[in-house]
Amino acid sequence: MKAICFYFQIHQPFRLKRYRFFDIGNDHYYYDDFANDDILTRIAQHSYMPACETLLHLLETYPHFRCAFSISGVALEQLQQYVPEFIDLMKKLIATGRVEILAETYAHSLSSLSDVEEFISQVKVHDEMIYSVFGVKPKVLRNTELIYFDDLAPVILDMGYKGVITEGAKHILGWKSPNYVYSAASAPKLKILLRNAKLSDDISRNFGNTEWDEYPLTADKYIDWIASTPAEEQIINLFMNLETFGGFQTHETGIFQFLEAIPYFAKERGIEFYTPTEAVTKLKPVGELSILHPISWADEARDTSAWLGNTLQNEAFNKLYSVSERVRLCDDRRLKQDWYYLQGADHLFYMSTKHFADGAAHSNFSPYETPFQAFTNYMNVLADFIVRVEEQYPLSIENEELNALLTTIRNQEREIETLNKEVSSMRKNIEHYNEEHLLREKKAEEAKAEAKPKKAAAKKCATKKAAKKAE
Amino acid sequence: MKALMFGWEFPPHILGGLGTASYGLTKGMWECGDMDISFVIPRPWGDEERSFANIIGASQVPIVWRDVNRDYVQERIGNVMSPDLYFDLRNHIYADFNYMHTNDLGCIEFSGRYPDNLLEEINNYSICAGVIARTLDFDIIHSHDWLTYPAGIHAKNVTGKPLVIHVHATDFDRSRGKVNPTVFGIEKDGMTHADHIITVSNLTRQTVIEKYGIDPAKVTTVHNAVTPLSEELLNVEVTKPKEKIVTFLGRITMQKGPEYFVEAAAKVLKNDHNVRFVMAGSGDMMDKMIRLAAQRGIADRFHFPGFQKGKQVYEMLKASDVYIMPSVSEPFGISPLEAMQMGVPSIISKQSGCAEILNNVIKTDYWDIDAMADAIHSIISYPAIYKQLREDGLDEVNRITWDKAGAKVIDIYKRVINNR
Repeated sequence: MKAICFYFQIHQPFRLKRYRFFDIGNDHYYYDDFANDDILTRIAQHSYMPACETLLHLLETYPHFRCAFSISGVALEQLQQYVPEFIDLMKKLIATGRVEILAETYAHSLSSLSDVEEFISQVKVHDEMIYSVFGVKPKVLRNTELIYFDDLAPVILDMGYKGVITEGAKHILGWKSPNYVYSAASAPKLKILLRNAKLSDDISRNFGNTEWDEYPLTADKYIDWIASTPAEEQIINLFMNLETFGGFQTHETGIFQFLEAIPYFAKERGIEFYTPTEAVTKLKPVGELSILHPISWADEARDTSAWLGNTLQNEAFNKLYSVSERVRLCDDRRLKQDWYYLQGADHLFYMSTKHFADGAAHSNFSPYETPFQAFTNYMNVLADFIVRVEEQYPLSIENEELNALLTTIRNQEREIETLNKEVSSMRKNIEHYNEEHLLREKKAEEAKAEAKPKKAAAKKCATKKAAKKAE
Repeated sequence: MKALMFGWEFPPHILGGLGTASYGLTKGMWECGDMDISFVIPRPWGDEERSFANIIGASQVPIVWRDVNRDYVQERIGNVMSPDLYFDLRNHIYADFNYMHTNDLGCIEFSGRYPDNLLEEINNYSICAGVIARTLDFDIIHSHDWLTYPAGIHAKNVTGKPLVIHVHATDFDRSRGKVNPTVFGIEKDGMTHADHIITVSNLTRQTVIEKYGIDPAKVTTVHNAVTPLSEELLNVEVTKPKEKIVTFLGRITMQKGPEYFVEAAAKVLKNDHNVRFVMAGSGDMMDKMIRLAAQRGIADRFHFPGFQKGKQVYEMLKASDVYIMPSVSEPFGISPLEAMQMGVPSIISKQSGCAEILNNVIKTDYWDIDAMADAIHSIISYPAIYKQLREDGLDEVNRITWDKAGAKVIDIYKRVINNR
């Protein structure tokens, strides 16, 4: 038996406005609200809304249909702000009980590559947000842009996830097939789902390409391809951007009709649908997979060179994460918010110089004319951000020292409390002591007082005697 | 194939970009093989490189028959022209020019520069071209820039050979739109008579089509290139000042947009004091610029070292951290390519022809002083972008070679000859 595992990605960054260097230190608002609103609303209208409506229809029609979404925190924030009706639609999808939401980094960041602590905290923040909005707890993680490598597996397992999603990169798999569940070599309990790059790209990239030799692609033919994979292959992971439907492949290409027809033909050929959680619980891993160097689903190289491929990108990336510890130490809410927005991998993606050579995806998505403009703008914003971080805590203090000071500050309440207790107990002691002391004094006085009357009596007696004598 | 080229400047005695481009292109075509080029210039000095082209000086072309003996000719002009050619040319004098002012060899004197009586020199050059065209054997005529268009037309009329003209600049670029009617007339005449027109950028091509009303099918763009620099120039030694240096190199005229550079400098200096600005060159707007810098209160950080030539140019570039060319209208603009060869990151205006072929530079609109200031600040404050532009720029500019441009020109020659 075979199953298809659909997962759709939703992400939109907070695009930066044109930020000149003379704004550094003067202007602390970095975002192009107009562009963000405009782009998100347009994409939601053309793609997100109709695609989710189609999926809802499929879920209602076919009881065996299932799919998963991952929505980055920054995208969810924008959707709440600009297209709240989409959130309602998503709630309806989740209410069917057959739609899963995946965990990921809140900021769509590359934190997993340089700062594991930040990575963990972002995934937690994202989980909390998903729970507060949709009331579900993610069980499978997909890292930003499907980035994955061995060192990450124990971390993900520790956070309590059953599985992780990544790219079925050819240079990793070699002769192996992506159509199985694998386990992580560095943490065998963690299961890995691999994207079937060929079949996923046939939908997301080739579908409307009239020069493609398989054009036109029908759902019948497509399911035939899946059905004709070797019988023992268990799961076909089709992971793609939700924008595929109505965005990359426009409405006119017939992509929505294609999507609608898929479950029908799948049912005809006895192909099931699994959510990622079902896939990792129902299916047994066929082997371990070791991935030493980070892989992703971007570009031809399927590595991290789309974001960290040149000097500009590395400089921006290192500058950004040089302050991560500081930012975590402080608790200014606006600063934390900007910290998330600036971490978006998209900002680095715009700085890629690869598109000089092949005119590929990079320049299509970039709001900038050139990577140099992207770099300059981002660095100016970052310079202002770092100034603000420094205003919180002066740079002259080392991180460790600062940490120690902050712990002192945070602990001082508890310390004061204990000291207070001590003081009060001391006071009690003192009072107690005083009381005792008083009592003792009283006793002593009483004793004296008793002694005095005797003397007085004695004196009296003496005086009496003397008086008698005088008489 | 044999080509007869008319030009005005030739290295090492150059006044602008025209000479450098003519030299590079000729050499590039020669490198493609099977090209025999005669290059006519008004006045050779004898120290031109002659290995790849036969250089003929119009100032050595007789237009009046003088009875001189071979030894005398050898002694007078032997360093720039062989006596054989002199006598051959003398046999092809085609009219009585005795009314003209000529020297003891029957030749006209040329300054070879851009004197006040430029129009007269252009006319005289065309007279000499008539003699040369009647003497030499060639398949095609190629005229560089408007000064030599009349000569090209003359040669074409005399021999019936096809004429290709090379537009390095138009008067619309030089005057920001207020064209000189005489110059416009000469340019338009040349373009009308030409069998094909080569422009140095799409920007210029558009000007030729729109402003001169030329059939687009007749106009092709061949972008300029650069000649690799010698080891000596690449390794010139300069002591770098401790501040960052931003350099403008070129004629200080309206066309080059110097005022935008001063304004951008004022913006940068408001926030960042560890930088100096240099405007090297001379021109009719220099005094105005000095005054503008003083008005903005940045005269202590803004320097005018004057016209730089030869090795000084490269010393200047070597000491620079940023090169800027804010030209309002630049047909091509070879200087940023030279800066890139020296490893200096460049900022150029989008209104420059070279912006069409360069990727590893920062492009801004010439009027956008905010963007320009931002770009300057970015390069001097973020080492990563400096490094990226420097290294990738060097790599990019080393791939822009004249033999590729030369091959394109030869293709055009073949097309023109076959179409006749």
